[in-house]
Amino acid sequence: MSDSQTPRYAIGIDLGTTHSALSYVDLQASDGEKAVDAVLPIPQLTAPGTVEALPLLPSFLYLPHPDEMPAGERALPWSQIDETAVAGEMARSRGATTPIRLVSSAKSWLCHPGVDRRAAILPPDAPDEVTRVSPLAASTRYLEHLRQAWNHAHPEAPFDHQSVTVTIPASFDPAARELTAEAARQAGFSPTLLEEPQAALYSWIQGSGGRWRKQVAPGDIILVVDVGGGTSDFSLIAILERDGKLEPHRVAVGDHILLGGDNMDLALAHFVARKLATNGTQLDAWQMRALTYGCRSAKEELLANPNATTHPIVVPSRGSKLIGGSIRTELTREEVTSFITDGFFPRVEASARPAVRARAGLTQLGLPYAQDAAITRHLAAFLARQAGATAELEGFSGRVNAEHSFLHPSAVLFNGGVFKSGILAQRVMDTINDWLYMEGAEPARMLEGADLDLAVARGAAYFSYARRGGGVRIRGGTARSYYVGVESSMPAIPGMEPPLEALCVAPFGMEEGSELELPGQEFGLVIGEPVTFRFFGSTVRRQDRSGDLLEFWGPDELQELNEIQATLPAEGRVAGDVVQVKLHALATDAGTLELAAVARDGQRWKVEFDVRSAPEA
Amino acid sequence: MNQPSNLPGFFSRLSIAFGALFKSLGDAEFAARVRDDGVGPTAAPAPVAPAPAPVAKPAPAPTPLRAPTPDSALQLLSLFQREARLIDFAHENLSGYSDADIGAAARVVHEGCARVLREHFTIEPVRVETEGSRVTLPEGFDAASVRLTGNVVGQAPFTGTLSHRGWRAANVTLPQLSESHDARVLAPAEVEL
Repeated sequence: MSDSQTPRYAIGIDLGTTHSALSYVDLQASDGEKAVDAVLPIPQLTAPGTVEALPLLPSFLYLPHPDEMPAGERALPWSQIDETAVAGEMARSRGATTPIRLVSSAKSWLCHPGVDRRAAILPPDAPDEVTRVSPLAASTRYLEHLRQAWNHAHPEAPFDHQSVTVTIPASFDPAARELTAEAARQAGFSPTLLEEPQAALYSWIQGSGGRWRKQVAPGDIILVVDVGGGTSDFSLIAILERDGKLEPHRVAVGDHILLGGDNMDLALAHFVARKLATNGTQLDAWQMRALTYGCRSAKEELLANPNATTHPIVVPSRGSKLIGGSIRTELTREEVTSFITDGFFPRVEASARPAVRARAGLTQLGLPYAQDAAITRHLAAFLARQAGATAELEGFSGRVNAEHSFLHPSAVLFNGGVFKSGILAQRVMDTINDWLYMEGAEPARMLEGADLDLAVARGAAYFSYARRGGGVRIRGGTARSYYVGVESSMPAIPGMEPPLEALCVAPFGMEEGSELELPGQEFGLVIGEPVTFRFFGSTVRRQDRSGDLLEFWGPDELQELNEIQATLPAEGRVAGDVVQVKLHALATDAGTLELAAVARDGQRWKVEFDVRSAPEA
Repeated sequence: MNQPSNLPGFFSRLSIAFGALFKSLGDAEFAARVRDDGVGPTAAPAPVAPAPAPVAKPAPAPTPLRAPTPDSALQLLSLFQREARLIDFAHENLSGYSDADIGAAARVVHEGCARVLREHFTIEPVRVETEGSRVTLPEGFDAASVRLTGNVVGQAPFTGTLSHRGWRAANVTLPQLSESHDARVLAPAEVEL
């Protein structure tokens, strides 16, 4: 018998905006790059009193009315009593007809800088009698569900004793990463975090069964384009050669873009609804949702099959009279092409940039959706911003050309259900290759064989396995450099705020497990009084070292994040006293960034990311 | 995963109990058997609503017949209604509608039925040969999975033309139901507030 505390499995969890999945690698049966993996079917309610095990858990939480379902109809195989909130397929289908009780896109709320993410704010438009939940609590619920599903299926190998990885968008800032780790801790386990585009590449490496070494070579730059249900995420991964071995290095990540496959289905549904309205057919909210489902399958069919010219859509009647009450319409290839292919993936120039509209003066507080729907424009902006990403990279110095207006990828890996359509993947490839051609570069190639739905969960499980020494590791460290804002010491000028300077506290690419002390600078913290710092991150300033003070920076170089806050408790000291501290930055093994204030006597306090900030005035 | 069990569910037990009651009242021989074995009819179950099985007359060696379990059947009907609106469709009188209207509704039914079959059953053909081709059935072939038609004479091996490939459910995965779930509600009434 093996020790029950030693992990038997490496588990990977894809905690997605619209779907979650759990994959695992059997550590005892795996060796080197031969990882034996599987996807856990997740028992979930699909209707009242009906439990089905499905490969994906829709990331939706439904908060039912006490009288809505008979007693005993909300029990899961592992629950003693009825669940107060229901996660999964039934949550999604019930929520479609009762949206005021549906929590959706909790993950997007978890990284929304304008709201208090520990406050019970979801669903945002719920009436007062519904007990709302916080984005953190909703994420915790999904993780708990997955944990219990695992324990139900594998009582011999308790979840808490396995090696668990949870994936996050590469664009998550330190506060959102910390919140994801906290959700996992509240669900009862401490995970390692992994960026989703990296997970997709791990899955591709694993799926190739060792052949990946033939498909990429040192000097390759892989662009990972991950378009999920609710978000788009880009990463650049360079292939290095070290000691005769290929080593992937993640060199850049993109910004958080709230734009995904669901937006496309919705856009199509509104278009078809307008078309119906011109013929005098008005759809109610229920029919609109049915139309969205219909548009999704029509879109998938038309985008998968280049010979199909039209696809019928039927919105069934709501009552029991199916014939006559149903509305029939159709979607044509031209409409899908102009709406999806040209609307979301237009063939733009490399110099194109996403349009930014000025926000209206009074906006309702909702998710900060991308204002430009064109994913290729976001991609052009990302590659241009990262033009110099490989300049300092070992083995790449000769390849960087100052005349290149954007970073030239040599291979592209797609992820996300949107790219089940070969037409869309091809459109992105053609667009990138146009850009490369204009600068006289070789066309990039598409990496084949990616599993678009489950790659992230599988890649996460493989990573859990790889970090135990079993397979290939992607290196790269932190994807940003971080700064605190300090006021410059200049004579006061009436009516003018002293200009802000940015002090680098954590450089780009800090390896996991490393800690840096900010040299020189000490801060005086008052015991018992919270002190806050403005906090910034940069995805492009790779050269700054810890302690560097920036007086100027380009408009796009630094992004302001939520403030950070330190409170020194009064224990053992006198409230009101001032303690001199130094700032430390720690890139943890778990994949989060920790900041600490360390006094001269070695005592340390955690500096917290402020996730409670009220919307900006 | 969860194959339908041979044991009757609660509602079929209820109907078996009523069946046994009325049969005992009307059929002395049956009543005697109930009295004698003290367990109730095991060899020949009573007709079970809603899908009655043929009644086996008490005979020296009756062939045992299985009672269908309505729960799984009801569950499947409920899935066909939820995904494909099958009950709505079957209950409509088609005479008043144009083929275009019927066709539109048929798309909903077809798409949904296909989804139910795909998600809950693994269905494969019994014979992999193309229909219309000549096939030879060796001695001892499985008569349950191949039906002989036409000029059925002589001894195996039989050679003939495959007119239908047949279907076999290689796997069935129906959802699990909670103990108290009333499977007779195929689709709840909906009331919008």
